[in-house]
Amino acid sequence: MSPTERSRRFPHNAGLGLVYALLILIVLPLSSLADEIDTALIDLSDRSFEVKQAAVDVIAAGGDPRAATLLEALLGGNLYARESDRRPVLVAPAPGGYRLTDALDGSDLGEVERGAVKKITINNRMRNQLRTAIAALTLASPDPAIRLKAAQQMLGDANPIVVEAIREQLGREDDQRVRDYLDLSLALASLRDEAPAARLVAVNALSGSLYPAARNALTKLLSEEPDPEVRAAAERSLVAIEQKLKLNAAAETLFFGLSLGSVLVLAAIGLAITFGVMGVINMAHGELIMIGAYTTYLVQQAMPGFLDYSLFVAIPAAFVVAGLLGILIERTVIRFLYGRPLETLLATFGISLILQQLVRTTISAQNVAVQNPSWMSGALQINPALALTYNRLYILIFALMVFVALLLILKRTALGLQVRAVAQNRAMARSMGVRSARVDALTFGLGAGVAGVAGVALSQLTNVGPNMGQAYIIDSFMVVVFGGVGNLWGTLVAGLTLGVANKLMEPWAGAVLAKILVLVFIILFIQKRPRGLFPQRGRAADG
Amino acid sequence: MGLDSVMKGDKGGQAMLAVLLVVAVVVPILNLVVPESSPWHVSTYTVTLLGKYLTYALLAVAVDLVWGYLGILSLGHAAFFGLGGYAMGMYLMRQIGDRGVYGHPVLPDFMVFLNWSELPWFWHGFDLFWFAALMAILVPGALAFVFGYLAFRSRVTGVYLSIMTQALTYALMLAFFRNEMGFGGNNGLTDFKDILGFDLKSDATRIGLFLASAGALAFGYLACRWIVTSRLGRVAVAIRDAEARTRFIGYRVDRVKLAIFTFSAMLAGVAGALYVPQVGIINPGEFSPLNSIELVIWVAIGGRATLYGAVIGAILVNYGKTYFTGAFPEAWLFALGALFVIVTLFLPKGIAGLVGMIRTWRRSRSASEPHPEVSP
Repeated sequence: MSPTERSRRFPHNAGLGLVYALLILIVLPLSSLADEIDTALIDLSDRSFEVKQAAVDVIAAGGDPRAATLLEALLGGNLYARESDRRPVLVAPAPGGYRLTDALDGSDLGEVERGAVKKITINNRMRNQLRTAIAALTLASPDPAIRLKAAQQMLGDANPIVVEAIREQLGREDDQRVRDYLDLSLALASLRDEAPAARLVAVNALSGSLYPAARNALTKLLSEEPDPEVRAAAERSLVAIEQKLKLNAAAETLFFGLSLGSVLVLAAIGLAITFGVMGVINMAHGELIMIGAYTTYLVQQAMPGFLDYSLFVAIPAAFVVAGLLGILIERTVIRFLYGRPLETLLATFGISLILQQLVRTTISAQNVAVQNPSWMSGALQINPALALTYNRLYILIFALMVFVALLLILKRTALGLQVRAVAQNRAMARSMGVRSARVDALTFGLGAGVAGVAGVALSQLTNVGPNMGQAYIIDSFMVVVFGGVGNLWGTLVAGLTLGVANKLMEPWAGAVLAKILVLVFIILFIQKRPRGLFPQRGRAADG
Repeated sequence: MGLDSVMKGDKGGQAMLAVLLVVAVVVPILNLVVPESSPWHVSTYTVTLLGKYLTYALLAVAVDLVWGYLGILSLGHAAFFGLGGYAMGMYLMRQIGDRGVYGHPVLPDFMVFLNWSELPWFWHGFDLFWFAALMAILVPGALAFVFGYLAFRSRVTGVYLSIMTQALTYALMLAFFRNEMGFGGNNGLTDFKDILGFDLKSDATRIGLFLASAGALAFGYLACRWIVTSRLGRVAVAIRDAEARTRFIGYRVDRVKLAIFTFSAMLAGVAGALYVPQVGIINPGEFSPLNSIELVIWVAIGGRATLYGAVIGAILVNYGKTYFTGAFPEAWLFALGALFVIVTLFLPKGIAGLVGMIRTWRRSRSASEPHPEVSP
């Protein structure tokens, strides 16, 4: 908003403003202030609405932050007056009648019968006055969150008292988001100005604004604006708004796509190890994810008071549980089937059925409720048209962290070196002293553990039930095959690409058709590039 | 080639066909002639159950043909089975005519429910039995042909092929779940009334369907035997055991694979078409990847590359499923899961191989002879 705009005045309502200013002057001396407010509090339950209005003005002008609560109670019809001394009170139902609390300081005033209090009634004019007064009071609050809420509430209010309050607040406001709202509010108010020049300035100021209120106001203005110049400017501003909204919608789609992609990456990355590095088709991978999710559930059950920290316990717990289970599976079944991938497919599928039924019999066939910690809820508001939900954001970051961790393990540790050596040439690795059986067990355990960790993340996004693993197994294989077997980077790129592609198609194709199209695309893609996006080169690829 | 040369040396197959013949003769008599009070009476429910098993057996034979003899582990045969089933289901839907809940003369109930005004183009012709029967074979065949053509030409093999076939059936399942597809969505096709003018609920029709299933199984079995004993079958086995070598000798590996894969899909379609009138419903659940994998395990349990083993496996596993899900519903998945593991670990040749294993074990005890391995 331009400074010229801010300095404009509203001549037609100067009288009221003057009264307001006078009131402030009258109540300024502190000693008389308390008396004034006490009288005003009594006056609130007066029969005449004029007296009540005057009392509201006095209370509002007092600047007491607690006054906002009182006025809000009055506005909401929750304020009562005690018959004995006409003191305004808040009531709560009690066995014998009502329990009273002081409306201003919240102190307990004991229980009374129903007839001992009387509701303070208000009329429509008072409602407007109250809203304005509450806004002015809260706008001066030291808490930026309360100020923001107030600014949002009075958005576009052309009442000169409000406009004046906003102007004043703008002079000292240091929170950028509150400033944005205040600026917007002033511009919206100016749209109703009688002078076309003022409207023009306001229209230009609103150009490209992402607030829905700005767009609505401009659309409304366009339909009733007499001045052609302002109309043209409004049209231009609207076009700018639409463009920016489109850009933000695209950014949102991209975020949703990356979020879905991160889920795919998380689900697939363990498979990229067991399938990609070891050549084992682990159909029980989805069930290991499920085990991770159930571990989260059990951890939350075990520490009910510490929900916010439960995930930090659940992540290592799920890694260990799923990892040990993976090692068990490897030692008892898979080690007899190396070199026979189709047989591992069948055997691990059997294991997946057993695991599913195990969860069904021991815990429940129904879905269990895994809770979200408080820090996972809410959204990061980038701008008024774009909000990134924290749970998706954290899971995206978490997926990248898991990816980097795995990459480091494979590329920078002794175990990783051995894993790669065994994957490339088992006989040679063995002759170099690598204990391949141990490496196999650990690799499989690592892949399984990562699946468990993925389960912790997925438990925050989707339903946790015995069948949840099946929903991910096909997608996971698609991601690994699409990315190129034996290539972690391929899995990352493939997962994110498929996620974004899915979300890009969803608006016009619908969720199910988009998924089908992605599947068909992969089937066709594999015909062209049978080894995926990033094929492994060399003899190891001819497995 | 006559029947003799096709069945020569296939003792298990001969026994299986003989049992099939006996069952096909005895069961209808026990159902229709023997009075219900007699302990020998076979209920119509059992007849239908047996008929269902026989269609599963035919499906298993189709899978064994590509897995046992060609080395392609298809995880998409439930899709071909389901497509055949849907073709038959569409015919049966059209036969309902105006006897549906909404009484519309042409449109099936679910279309009236979805406020459709006319029949979608792909539903035309399905009021004719011959057309539906043809489609039950041609649609799965065409899908297998297109998919196989693309996959085999670019040499997608082994695990990749398995995963692709699984993706195929998964995509089909998702597609058929959509109401917009025009196949009844989630509920599928059901409430069938009659087939070729015969009431589907009558005993005689059930017997007829049972006999048709037995006949189809016998025919399918002989056709597969004919393929595997022909030169084509021997090339297929060569491809299974050493694909690159077969290619270098000069065989067009992709064409051999395509021919057998497509034929197998058609066989699966026939099985599906016979399955639907007996169970009375077809829904997208038939496409679920679990079904495809499960039927692979029937073959594995019965014994790969024997064909008759697939029949044994399919009937045994499904009997076990019927029994367990009735008696101990909790235990079924444990049992099935354990079967998967145990068979792959300890019975690589399945039940059919058990006889051979015992025989070689005896022989090796008397004279420690090496025995030929069947490569996986």
